[in-house]
Amino acid sequence: MSIIETRQLTKYYGKARGIIDVSLRVEEGEVFGFIGPNGAGKSTTIRLLLGLIFPTRGEARIFGKDAIKDGPEIRKDIGYLPSEVFYYEGMKVIDLLKYSASFYPGDHRQRMHELADIMELDLNRRIEDLSYGNKKKVGIVQGLLHSPKLLLLDEPTLGLDPLMQRKFFDLIRQENARGVTVFFSSHILGEVQRLCSRVGIIKDGRIIEISDIRTLQQNNYKRIYVAANAIPAGYFDLPGVTNLEEVNGGVRFFFKGDIDAIVEKLSALDLLDVTIEEPTLEEIFMHYYE
Amino acid sequence: MNANIFKFEIRMKLKSALIWSIAVVAVSLIYLGLYPSLAQEADLFDQALANFPPQFLQAFGMQNLNMSTIMGFYSFVFLFIQVLLAIQASMYGFGLVSVEEAEFTADFLLSKPVTRTQVLTSKFLAALIALTVTNAAVWASSLVFLEMFDAGRGYDRHAAILLLSSIVIFQIFFLTAGAAISLLLKRVRSVTPYAMGLAFGMYLLGAFSGMLGDVKLELITPFKHFDPNAIIQNNAWNFSLVAISIAVIVIAIVISYWRYLHRDIPAVA
Repeated sequence: MSIIETRQLTKYYGKARGIIDVSLRVEEGEVFGFIGPNGAGKSTTIRLLLGLIFPTRGEARIFGKDAIKDGPEIRKDIGYLPSEVFYYEGMKVIDLLKYSASFYPGDHRQRMHELADIMELDLNRRIEDLSYGNKKKVGIVQGLLHSPKLLLLDEPTLGLDPLMQRKFFDLIRQENARGVTVFFSSHILGEVQRLCSRVGIIKDGRIIEISDIRTLQQNNYKRIYVAANAIPAGYFDLPGVTNLEEVNGGVRFFFKGDIDAIVEKLSALDLLDVTIEEPTLEEIFMHYYE
Repeated sequence: MNANIFKFEIRMKLKSALIWSIAVVAVSLIYLGLYPSLAQEADLFDQALANFPPQFLQAFGMQNLNMSTIMGFYSFVFLFIQVLLAIQASMYGFGLVSVEEAEFTADFLLSKPVTRTQVLTSKFLAALIALTVTNAAVWASSLVFLEMFDAGRGYDRHAAILLLSSIVIFQIFFLTAGAAISLLLKRVRSVTPYAMGLAFGMYLLGAFSGMLGDVKLELITPFKHFDPNAIIQNNAWNFSLVAISIAVIVIAIVISYWRYLHRDIPAVA
Protein backbone atom coordinates (compact mmCIF):
# COMPACT_ATOMS: atom_id res chain seq x y z
CA MET A 1 0.00 0.00 0.00
CA SER A 2 1.33 3.42 -0.95
CA ILE A 3 1.28 6.17 1.65
CA ILE A 4 0.14 8.68 -0.95
CA GLU A 5 -1.53 7.75 -4.18
CA THR A 6 -3.20 10.18 -6.53
CA ARG A 7 -5.03 9.27 -9.70
CA GLN A 8 -5.68 11.88 -12.37
CA LEU A 9 -5.97 14.39 -9.58
CA THR A 10 -7.20 17.60 -11.16
CA LYS A 11 -8.10 20.96 -9.74
CA TYR A 12 -9.46 24.02 -11.48
CA TYR A 13 -10.22 27.23 -9.60
CA GLY A 14 -13.10 28.33 -11.76
CA LYS A 15 -11.35 28.46 -15.10
CA ALA A 16 -7.88 28.94 -13.67
CA ARG A 17 -5.66 25.89 -13.83
CA GLY A 18 -4.51 24.40 -10.55
CA ILE A 19 -3.21 20.93 -11.44
CA ILE A 20 -4.14 18.55 -14.23
CA ASP A 21 -4.09 14.74 -14.13
CA VAL A 22 -1.51 14.41 -11.40
CA SER A 23 -0.90 10.74 -10.73
CA LEU A 24 1.80 9.79 -8.32
CA ARG A 25 2.67 7.33 -5.59
CA VAL A 26 4.76 7.86 -2.52
CA GLU A 27 5.83 4.72 -0.70
CA GLU A 28 6.28 4.20 3.00
CA GLY A 29 9.51 5.56 4.43
CA GLU A 30 10.33 7.55 1.34
CA VAL A 31 11.41 11.18 1.09
CA PHE A 32 9.68 12.37 -2.03
CA GLY A 33 10.71 15.67 -3.56
CA PHE A 34 8.11 17.65 -5.44
CA ILE A 35 9.79 20.21 -7.63
CA GLY A 36 8.48 23.01 -9.72
CA PRO A 37 8.61 26.76 -10.00
CA ASN A 38 6.13 28.98 -8.21
CA GLY A 39 2.63 28.59 -9.58
CA ALA A 40 3.25 25.11 -11.00
CA GLY A 41 0.72 23.52 -8.66
CA LYS A 42 2.78 22.27 -5.71
CA SER A 43 0.69 23.92 -3.01
CA THR A 44 -2.52 22.97 -4.80
CA THR A 45 -1.48 19.31 -4.68
CA ILE A 46 -0.66 19.45 -0.98
CA ARG A 47 -3.88 21.30 -0.15
CA LEU A 48 -5.84 18.65 -2.02
CA LEU A 49 -4.13 15.94 0.02
CA LEU A 50 -5.17 17.76 3.19
CA GLY A 51 -8.76 18.26 2.10
CA LEU A 52 -8.44 22.03 2.33
CA ILE A 53 -9.71 22.18 -1.24
CA PHE A 54 -11.76 19.71 -3.23
CA PRO A 55 -10.65 18.04 -6.47
CA THR A 56 -12.41 18.88 -9.72
CA ARG A 57 -11.87 15.26 -10.71
CA GLY A 58 -9.64 12.35 -9.88
CA GLU A 59 -8.86 11.17 -6.40
CA ALA A 60 -6.22 11.15 -3.73
CA ARG A 61 -5.68 8.34 -1.25
CA ILE A 62 -3.53 8.57 1.85
CA PHE A 63 -2.73 5.53 3.98
CA GLY A 64 -5.06 3.78 1.52
CA LYS A 65 -8.01 5.96 2.50
CA ASP A 66 -9.89 8.64 0.64
CA ALA A 67 -8.42 12.08 1.27
CA ILE A 68 -11.82 13.77 1.41
CA LYS A 69 -14.15 11.17 2.91
CA ASP A 70 -11.70 9.90 5.52
CA GLY A 71 -9.95 13.24 5.89
CA PRO A 72 -10.31 13.69 9.65
CA GLU A 73 -8.99 10.20 10.36
CA ILE A 74 -6.10 10.57 7.93
CA ARG A 75 -5.09 13.93 9.34
CA LYS A 76 -4.41 12.39 12.77
CA ASP A 77 -1.20 11.06 11.28
CA ILE A 78 -0.24 13.98 9.08
CA GLY A 79 2.07 16.83 9.97
CA TYR A 80 1.70 19.84 7.70
CA LEU A 81 4.03 22.76 7.30
CA PRO A 82 2.62 25.39 4.95
CA SER A 83 4.85 27.57 2.81
CA GLU A 84 3.56 30.70 4.50
CA VAL A 85 2.72 30.35 8.17
CA PHE A 86 -0.13 32.28 9.72
CA TYR A 87 -1.23 31.88 13.30
CA TYR A 88 -3.59 33.60 15.71
CA GLU A 89 -1.69 36.80 16.33
CA GLY A 90 -2.77 37.49 19.88
CA MET A 91 -1.62 34.12 21.20
CA LYS A 92 1.56 33.08 22.89
CA VAL A 93 3.64 30.46 21.12
CA ILE A 94 3.15 27.97 23.94
CA ASP A 95 -0.65 28.38 23.85
CA LEU A 96 -0.77 27.92 20.11
CA LEU A 97 1.33 24.77 20.35
CA LYS A 98 -0.85 23.41 23.15
CA TYR A 99 -3.94 24.18 21.10
CA SER A 100 -2.39 22.35 18.17
CA ALA A 101 -1.44 19.38 20.34
CA SER A 102 -4.92 19.20 21.86
CA PHE A 103 -6.28 17.84 18.57
CA TYR A 104 -4.15 14.72 18.72
CA PRO A 105 -4.69 11.96 21.25
CA GLY A 106 -1.87 11.48 23.76
CA ASP A 107 0.51 13.76 25.60
CA HIS A 108 2.88 15.66 23.34
CA ARG A 109 4.40 18.12 25.79
CA GLN A 110 7.78 16.46 25.97
CA ARG A 111 8.19 16.27 22.22
CA MET A 112 7.03 19.87 21.95
CA HIS A 113 9.75 21.11 24.30
CA GLU A 114 12.35 18.93 22.59
CA LEU A 115 11.52 20.38 19.21
CA ALA A 116 11.42 23.94 20.55
CA ASP A 117 14.88 23.44 22.03
CA ILE A 118 16.27 22.09 18.79
CA MET A 119 14.81 24.95 16.79
CA GLU A 120 15.77 27.49 19.47
CA LEU A 121 12.21 28.73 19.74
CA ASP A 122 11.18 30.92 22.67
CA LEU A 123 7.81 29.58 23.79
CA ASN A 124 6.77 32.58 25.84
CA ARG A 125 6.68 35.15 23.08
CA ARG A 126 3.60 36.41 21.33
CA ILE A 127 3.05 35.25 17.78
CA GLU A 128 2.59 38.84 16.59
CA ASP A 129 6.06 39.77 17.87
CA LEU A 130 7.82 36.99 15.98
CA SER A 131 9.90 37.49 12.86
CA TYR A 132 8.99 35.51 9.79
CA GLY A 133 11.74 32.98 10.43
CA ASN A 134 10.57 32.47 14.00
CA LYS A 135 6.98 31.96 12.87
CA LYS A 136 8.31 29.34 10.52
CA LYS A 137 9.90 27.60 13.50
CA VAL A 138 6.53 27.59 15.25
CA GLY A 139 5.21 25.93 12.10
CA ILE A 140 7.89 23.26 12.23
CA VAL A 141 7.26 22.46 15.89
CA GLN A 142 3.48 22.34 15.47
CA GLY A 143 3.86 20.17 12.37
CA LEU A 144 6.06 17.63 14.14
CA LEU A 145 4.94 17.61 17.76
CA HIS A 146 2.36 14.85 17.41
CA SER A 147 4.88 12.48 15.78
CA PRO A 148 2.98 12.10 12.50
CA LYS A 149 3.53 9.22 10.08
CA LEU A 150 3.44 11.47 7.05
CA LEU A 151 4.93 14.92 6.71
CA LEU A 152 3.65 17.29 4.07
CA LEU A 153 6.18 20.07 3.76
CA ASP A 154 5.38 22.94 1.43
CA GLU A 155 8.52 24.99 0.74
CA PRO A 156 9.59 24.36 4.33
CA THR A 157 12.89 26.21 4.30
CA LEU A 158 11.51 29.52 3.05
CA GLY A 159 12.51 32.15 5.59
CA LEU A 160 14.88 29.95 7.63
CA ASP A 161 18.51 30.99 7.91
CA PRO A 162 21.13 28.45 6.73
CA LEU A 163 21.91 27.27 10.26
CA MET A 164 18.25 26.57 10.98
CA GLN A 165 17.83 24.97 7.60
CA ARG A 166 20.51 22.50 8.50
CA LYS A 167 18.90 21.74 11.86
CA PHE A 168 15.60 21.35 10.11
CA PHE A 169 17.07 18.91 7.59
CA ASP A 170 18.62 16.93 10.43
CA LEU A 171 15.21 16.76 12.07
CA ILE A 172 13.57 15.55 8.89
CA ARG A 173 16.28 12.92 8.43
CA GLN A 174 15.74 11.70 11.99
CA GLU A 175 12.01 11.53 11.45
CA ASN A 176 12.56 9.67 8.21
CA ALA A 177 14.93 7.25 9.92
CA ARG A 178 12.07 6.45 12.30
CA GLY A 179 10.00 5.47 9.31
CA VAL A 180 8.18 8.72 8.64
CA THR A 181 7.26 9.32 5.02
CA VAL A 182 8.03 12.81 3.76
CA PHE A 183 6.48 14.72 0.88
CA PHE A 184 8.67 17.72 0.33
CA SER A 185 7.83 20.45 -2.12
CA SER A 186 10.39 22.99 -3.19
CA HIS A 187 11.61 25.12 -6.01
CA ILE A 188 15.16 24.96 -4.67
CA LEU A 189 16.71 21.89 -6.15
CA GLY A 190 19.80 21.79 -4.00
CA GLU A 191 17.80 21.03 -0.89
CA VAL A 192 15.73 18.38 -2.63
CA GLN A 193 18.92 16.77 -3.83
CA ARG A 194 20.27 16.67 -0.27
CA LEU A 195 17.20 15.05 1.19
CA CYS A 196 15.07 13.18 -1.28
CA SER A 197 15.31 9.74 -2.78
CA ARG A 198 12.76 10.30 -5.53
CA VAL A 199 11.45 13.40 -7.21
CA GLY A 200 8.43 14.42 -9.18
CA ILE A 201 8.74 17.41 -11.44
CA ILE A 202 5.65 19.49 -12.01
CA LYS A 203 5.27 22.11 -14.71
CA ASP A 204 2.18 24.15 -15.51
CA GLY A 205 0.08 21.84 -13.35
CA ARG A 206 1.21 18.60 -14.98
CA ILE A 207 3.71 16.02 -13.80
CA ILE A 208 6.42 15.86 -16.43
CA GLU A 209 8.75 13.39 -14.77
CA ILE A 210 8.86 11.12 -11.77
CA SER A 211 12.08 9.34 -11.10
CA ASP A 212 14.77 8.30 -8.76
CA ILE A 213 17.21 11.11 -8.10
CA ARG A 214 20.10 8.85 -9.09
CA THR A 215 18.45 7.77 -12.31
CA LEU A 216 17.59 11.32 -13.10
CA GLN A 217 21.20 12.29 -12.76
CA GLN A 218 22.74 9.19 -14.32
CA ASN A 219 20.48 8.50 -17.25
CA ASN A 220 20.57 12.04 -18.19
CA TYR A 221 23.36 14.23 -19.18
CA LYS A 222 27.01 14.15 -18.34
CA ARG A 223 28.74 17.41 -17.97
CA ILE A 224 32.09 17.20 -19.66
CA TYR A 225 35.01 19.57 -19.60
CA VAL A 226 37.99 18.96 -21.81
CA ALA A 227 41.25 20.85 -22.10
CA ALA A 228 43.58 19.64 -24.83
CA ASN A 229 46.26 20.82 -27.23
CA ALA A 230 44.42 21.90 -30.33
CA ILE A 231 40.84 20.74 -30.45
CA PRO A 232 39.82 20.85 -34.11
CA ALA A 233 36.81 23.02 -34.85
CA GLY A 234 33.65 20.95 -34.93
CA TYR A 235 35.43 18.01 -33.28
CA PHE A 236 32.53 17.38 -30.91
CA ASP A 237 29.80 17.69 -33.51
CA LEU A 238 28.22 14.43 -32.41
CA PRO A 239 24.66 13.39 -31.73
CA GLY A 240 23.97 13.90 -28.01
CA VAL A 241 26.29 16.85 -27.54
CA THR A 242 24.62 20.06 -26.49
CA ASN A 243 25.39 23.44 -24.99
CA LEU A 244 28.95 23.41 -26.27
CA GLU A 245 30.97 26.39 -25.17
CA GLU A 246 34.61 27.34 -25.10
CA VAL A 247 36.09 28.19 -21.73
CA ASN A 248 39.67 29.06 -20.79
CA GLY A 249 41.44 26.99 -23.35
CA GLY A 250 39.02 24.07 -23.26
CA VAL A 251 35.48 23.21 -24.10
CA ARG A 252 32.51 22.40 -21.91
CA PHE A 253 29.38 20.58 -23.05
CA PHE A 254 26.60 18.26 -22.03
CA PHE A 255 26.53 14.79 -23.43
CA LYS A 256 23.78 12.21 -23.49
CA GLY A 257 24.33 8.94 -25.28
CA ASP A 258 26.88 6.13 -25.56
CA ILE A 259 29.56 6.93 -23.02
CA ASP A 260 32.05 4.65 -24.80
CA ALA A 261 31.84 6.67 -27.99
CA ILE A 262 32.59 9.93 -26.26
CA VAL A 263 35.50 8.48 -24.30
CA GLU A 264 37.00 7.13 -27.49
CA LYS A 265 36.66 10.52 -29.04
CA LEU A 266 38.30 12.12 -26.02
CA SER A 267 41.21 9.71 -25.93
CA ALA A 268 42.12 10.56 -29.50
CA LEU A 269 42.98 14.04 -28.30
CA ASP A 270 46.18 15.22 -26.69
CA LEU A 271 44.48 15.77 -23.35
CA LEU A 272 45.59 18.23 -20.68
CA ASP A 273 42.62 17.84 -18.40
CA VAL A 274 39.23 16.23 -18.42
CA THR A 275 36.28 16.07 -16.03
CA ILE A 276 33.12 14.09 -16.52
CA GLU A 277 30.47 14.95 -13.96
CA GLU A 278 26.87 14.33 -13.25
CA PRO A 279 24.93 17.48 -13.82
CA THR A 280 23.32 19.17 -10.84
CA LEU A 281 19.61 18.82 -10.50
CA GLU A 282 19.39 22.49 -11.40
CA GLU A 283 20.83 21.78 -14.79
CA ILE A 284 18.52 18.85 -15.41
CA PHE A 285 15.67 20.92 -14.23
CA MET A 286 16.46 23.78 -16.57
CA HIS A 287 16.39 21.29 -19.38
CA TYR A 288 12.79 20.38 -18.49
CA TYR A 289 11.79 23.97 -18.40
CA GLU A 290 13.40 25.05 -21.67
CA MET B 1 -18.86 19.73 17.98
CA ASN B 2 -15.23 19.75 19.01
CA ALA B 3 -14.49 20.77 22.60
CA ASN B 4 -11.04 22.20 21.74
CA ILE B 5 -12.35 24.52 19.07
CA PHE B 6 -15.35 25.46 21.18
CA LYS B 7 -13.21 26.45 24.16
CA PHE B 8 -10.76 28.29 21.94
CA GLU B 9 -13.52 30.23 20.20
CA ILE B 10 -15.15 31.19 23.49
CA ARG B 11 -11.86 32.53 24.77
CA MET B 12 -11.39 34.54 21.57
CA LYS B 13 -14.86 36.08 21.84
CA LEU B 14 -15.25 36.60 25.57
CA LYS B 15 -13.63 40.03 25.66
CA SER B 16 -15.72 41.27 22.77
CA ALA B 17 -18.90 39.90 24.38
CA LEU B 18 -18.08 41.74 27.61
CA ILE B 19 -17.45 45.01 25.79
CA TRP B 20 -20.77 44.71 23.96
CA SER B 21 -22.44 43.92 27.26
CA ILE B 22 -21.01 47.05 28.84
CA ALA B 23 -22.24 49.04 25.84
CA VAL B 24 -25.83 47.81 26.09
CA VAL B 25 -25.88 48.25 29.85
CA ALA B 26 -24.56 51.80 29.48
CA VAL B 27 -27.14 52.65 26.84
CA SER B 28 -29.96 51.25 29.02
CA LEU B 29 -28.68 53.14 32.04
CA ILE B 30 -28.32 56.46 30.27
CA TYR B 31 -31.72 56.33 28.60
CA LEU B 32 -33.81 54.68 31.30
CA GLY B 33 -32.11 56.89 33.89
CA LEU B 34 -33.66 59.85 32.10
CA TYR B 35 -37.17 58.57 32.63
CA PRO B 36 -37.89 59.87 36.16
CA SER B 37 -37.25 63.45 35.06
CA LEU B 38 -39.10 62.93 31.78
CA ALA B 39 -42.05 61.38 33.59
CA GLN B 40 -42.87 64.66 35.28
CA GLU B 41 -43.25 66.27 31.87
CA ALA B 42 -44.84 63.24 30.22
CA ASP B 43 -47.91 65.15 29.03
CA LEU B 44 -45.87 67.91 27.49
CA PHE B 45 -43.63 65.34 25.89
CA ASP B 46 -46.52 63.41 24.38
CA GLN B 47 -47.95 66.63 23.00
CA ALA B 48 -44.65 67.65 21.49
CA LEU B 49 -44.29 64.26 19.84
CA ALA B 50 -47.76 64.51 18.39
CA ASN B 51 -46.54 67.45 16.33
CA PHE B 52 -43.88 65.41 14.55
CA PRO B 53 -44.75 63.80 11.21
CA PRO B 54 -45.81 60.18 11.84
CA GLN B 55 -43.19 58.81 9.40
CA PHE B 56 -40.46 60.44 11.43
CA LEU B 57 -41.79 58.94 14.64
CA GLN B 58 -42.06 55.53 13.06
CA ALA B 59 -38.47 55.64 11.86
CA PHE B 60 -37.27 56.03 15.40
CA GLY B 61 -39.78 53.67 16.93
CA MET B 62 -41.62 56.51 18.58
CA GLN B 63 -45.08 56.14 17.06
CA ASN B 64 -47.56 55.45 19.85
CA LEU B 65 -44.85 56.39 22.28
CA ASN B 66 -46.65 56.60 25.54
CA MET B 67 -44.60 58.35 28.14
CA SER B 68 -47.05 57.89 30.99
CA THR B 69 -45.28 54.70 32.11
CA ILE B 70 -41.68 53.63 31.67
CA MET B 71 -42.73 50.79 29.34
CA GLY B 72 -43.66 53.22 26.61
CA PHE B 73 -40.28 54.81 26.86
CA TYR B 74 -38.61 51.41 27.14
CA SER B 75 -39.95 50.31 23.74
CA PHE B 76 -37.98 53.18 22.22
CA VAL B 77 -34.85 52.33 24.22
CA PHE B 78 -35.21 48.67 23.34
CA LEU B 79 -35.09 49.47 19.63
CA PHE B 80 -31.76 51.11 20.27
CA ILE B 81 -30.55 48.01 22.10
CA GLN B 82 -31.79 45.87 19.22
CA VAL B 83 -29.61 47.84 16.80
CA LEU B 84 -26.56 47.20 18.97
CA LEU B 85 -27.40 43.50 19.32
CA ALA B 86 -27.92 43.22 15.57
CA ILE B 87 -24.48 44.70 14.88
CA GLN B 88 -22.81 42.40 17.39
CA ALA B 89 -24.52 39.26 16.11
CA SER B 90 -23.81 40.20 12.48
CA MET B 91 -20.16 40.77 13.29
CA TYR B 92 -19.94 37.30 14.81
CA GLY B 93 -21.85 35.83 11.88
CA PHE B 94 -19.79 37.41 9.13
CA GLY B 95 -16.58 36.72 11.01
CA LEU B 96 -17.44 33.14 11.94
CA VAL B 97 -15.27 31.54 9.28
CA SER B 98 -14.20 34.50 7.16
CA VAL B 99 -11.77 35.90 9.74
CA GLU B 100 -9.79 32.66 9.71
CA GLU B 101 -9.80 32.67 5.94
CA ALA B 102 -8.76 36.32 5.66
CA GLU B 103 -5.96 35.79 8.16
CA PHE B 104 -5.08 32.38 6.72
CA THR B 105 -5.36 30.55 10.01
CA ALA B 106 -7.99 28.28 8.41
CA ASP B 107 -5.16 26.15 7.04
CA PHE B 108 -3.95 25.51 10.56
CA LEU B 109 -7.37 24.56 11.86
CA LEU B 110 -8.57 22.44 8.95
CA SER B 111 -5.35 20.45 8.65
CA LYS B 112 -6.18 19.09 12.10
CA PRO B 113 -8.13 15.84 12.45
CA VAL B 114 -11.53 17.53 12.53
CA THR B 115 -14.53 17.54 10.21
CA ARG B 116 -15.88 20.72 8.69
CA THR B 117 -19.16 20.07 10.48
CA GLN B 118 -17.37 19.96 13.83
CA VAL B 119 -15.57 23.21 13.05
CA LEU B 120 -18.71 25.08 12.02
CA THR B 121 -20.86 23.71 14.85
CA SER B 122 -18.24 24.56 17.47
CA LYS B 123 -17.93 28.06 16.09
CA PHE B 124 -21.68 28.57 15.94
CA LEU B 125 -22.16 27.38 19.52
CA ALA B 126 -19.27 29.45 20.85
CA ALA B 127 -20.67 32.56 19.12
CA LEU B 128 -24.07 31.77 20.59
CA ILE B 129 -22.58 31.56 24.07
CA ALA B 130 -20.86 34.91 23.58
CA LEU B 131 -24.14 36.43 22.40
CA THR B 132 -25.88 34.93 25.40
CA VAL B 133 -23.48 36.74 27.71
CA THR B 134 -24.63 40.01 26.18
CA ASN B 135 -28.23 38.81 26.21
CA ALA B 136 -27.96 38.13 29.93
CA ALA B 137 -26.53 41.60 30.45
CA VAL B 138 -29.56 43.10 28.69
CA TRP B 139 -31.95 41.03 30.81
CA ALA B 140 -30.30 41.92 34.08
CA SER B 141 -29.78 45.60 33.35
CA SER B 142 -33.26 46.08 31.89
CA LEU B 143 -35.04 44.45 34.81
CA VAL B 144 -32.95 46.36 37.35
CA PHE B 145 -33.27 49.73 35.62
CA LEU B 146 -37.00 49.35 34.94
CA GLU B 147 -37.44 48.73 38.64
CA MET B 148 -35.16 51.60 39.63
CA PHE B 149 -36.39 54.27 37.26
CA ASP B 150 -40.13 53.57 36.98
CA ALA B 151 -40.78 56.88 38.75
CA GLY B 152 -42.99 55.06 41.23
CA ARG B 153 -45.52 54.20 38.53
CA GLY B 154 -44.65 50.52 38.23
CA TYR B 155 -44.06 48.68 34.92
CA ASP B 156 -45.57 45.80 33.02
CA ARG B 157 -43.25 42.96 33.86
CA HIS B 158 -44.95 40.51 31.51
CA ALA B 159 -44.41 42.80 28.53
CA ALA B 160 -40.80 43.38 29.54
CA ILE B 161 -40.15 39.65 29.70
CA LEU B 162 -41.85 39.11 26.34
CA LEU B 163 -39.54 41.70 24.87
CA LEU B 164 -36.41 40.31 26.51
CA SER B 165 -37.29 36.77 25.45
CA SER B 166 -37.24 37.87 21.83
CA ILE B 167 -33.53 38.69 21.99
CA VAL B 168 -32.27 35.15 21.55
CA ILE B 169 -34.08 34.58 18.25
CA PHE B 170 -33.18 38.09 17.13
CA GLN B 171 -29.50 37.39 17.76
CA ILE B 172 -29.54 33.99 16.08
CA PHE B 173 -31.16 35.59 13.03
CA PHE B 174 -28.25 37.97 12.52
CA LEU B 175 -25.63 35.38 13.48
CA THR B 176 -26.83 32.78 10.99
CA ALA B 177 -27.75 35.25 8.24
CA GLY B 178 -24.30 36.85 8.52
CA ALA B 179 -22.60 33.45 8.38
CA ALA B 180 -24.68 32.31 5.40
CA ILE B 181 -24.01 35.49 3.41
CA SER B 182 -20.29 35.36 4.20
CA LEU B 183 -20.21 31.76 2.96
CA LEU B 184 -22.01 32.67 -0.24
CA LEU B 185 -19.27 35.18 -0.94
CA LYS B 186 -15.89 34.12 -2.17
CA ARG B 187 -13.99 36.20 0.32
CA VAL B 188 -14.87 38.66 3.07
CA ARG B 189 -11.89 40.90 3.57
CA SER B 190 -13.31 43.00 6.37
CA VAL B 191 -16.21 42.00 8.57
CA THR B 192 -17.35 45.41 9.85
CA PRO B 193 -18.80 46.92 6.65
CA TYR B 194 -20.80 43.78 5.93
CA ALA B 195 -22.07 43.52 9.49
CA MET B 196 -23.04 47.20 9.56
CA GLY B 197 -24.73 46.81 6.22
CA LEU B 198 -26.82 43.86 7.35
CA ALA B 199 -27.74 45.33 10.75
CA PHE B 200 -28.57 48.86 9.54
CA GLY B 201 -30.12 47.56 6.34
CA MET B 202 -32.56 45.48 8.35
CA TYR B 203 -33.18 48.35 10.74
CA LEU B 204 -33.95 50.74 7.88
CA LEU B 205 -36.24 48.22 6.22
CA GLY B 206 -38.21 48.08 9.45
CA ALA B 207 -38.06 51.78 10.16
CA PHE B 208 -39.05 53.03 6.74
CA SER B 209 -41.33 50.20 5.75
CA GLY B 210 -44.38 52.43 6.03
CA MET B 211 -42.83 55.08 3.84
CA LEU B 212 -41.87 52.80 1.02
CA GLY B 213 -45.52 51.94 0.58
CA ASP B 214 -44.54 48.41 -0.31
CA VAL B 215 -45.45 46.34 2.70
CA LYS B 216 -43.74 43.16 1.51
CA LEU B 217 -40.13 44.22 2.09
CA GLU B 218 -40.47 44.77 5.81
CA LEU B 219 -41.54 41.16 6.27
CA ILE B 220 -37.96 39.92 6.15
CA THR B 221 -36.58 42.09 8.92
CA PRO B 222 -36.50 40.92 12.53
CA PHE B 223 -36.84 44.56 13.53
CA LYS B 224 -40.43 44.12 12.32
CA HIS B 225 -40.82 40.56 13.63
CA PHE B 226 -39.85 41.76 17.08
CA ASP B 227 -41.08 45.36 16.90
CA PRO B 228 -40.85 46.44 20.56
CA ASN B 229 -43.66 48.92 20.16
CA ALA B 230 -46.03 46.27 18.85
CA ILE B 231 -45.02 43.70 21.46
CA ILE B 232 -45.65 46.12 24.31
CA GLN B 233 -48.92 47.38 22.86
CA ASN B 234 -50.28 43.90 22.20
CA ASN B 235 -48.60 42.34 25.18
CA ALA B 236 -47.84 39.40 22.85
CA TRP B 237 -45.59 38.31 20.01
CA ASN B 238 -46.90 38.22 16.49
CA PHE B 239 -46.24 34.54 15.90
CA SER B 240 -46.69 34.61 12.15
CA LEU B 241 -43.93 37.21 11.92
CA VAL B 242 -41.72 35.29 14.36
CA ALA B 243 -42.18 32.23 12.14
CA ILE B 244 -40.53 34.16 9.30
CA SER B 245 -37.50 34.85 11.49
CA ILE B 246 -37.27 31.18 12.34
CA ALA B 247 -37.65 30.18 8.71
CA VAL B 248 -34.80 32.52 7.71
CA ILE B 249 -32.64 31.04 10.48
CA VAL B 250 -33.26 27.50 9.28
CA ILE B 251 -32.48 28.43 5.68
CA ALA B 252 -29.35 30.33 6.74
CA ILE B 253 -28.10 27.34 8.75
CA VAL B 254 -28.68 24.97 5.84
CA ILE B 255 -26.86 27.32 3.45
CA SER B 256 -23.98 27.77 5.90
CA TYR B 257 -23.33 24.05 6.36
CA TRP B 258 -23.86 23.22 2.73
CA ARG B 259 -21.46 25.91 1.57
CA TYR B 260 -18.83 25.28 4.25
CA LEU B 261 -18.75 21.55 3.69
CA HIS B 262 -17.96 22.11 0.02
CA ARG B 263 -15.79 25.16 0.37
CA ASP B 264 -12.30 25.56 -1.06
CA ILE B 265 -10.26 27.28 1.61
CA PRO B 266 -8.52 30.19 -0.09
CA ALA B 267 -4.72 30.11 -0.09
CA VAL B 268 -2.29 32.97 0.15
CA ALA B 269 -2.01 35.17 -3.00
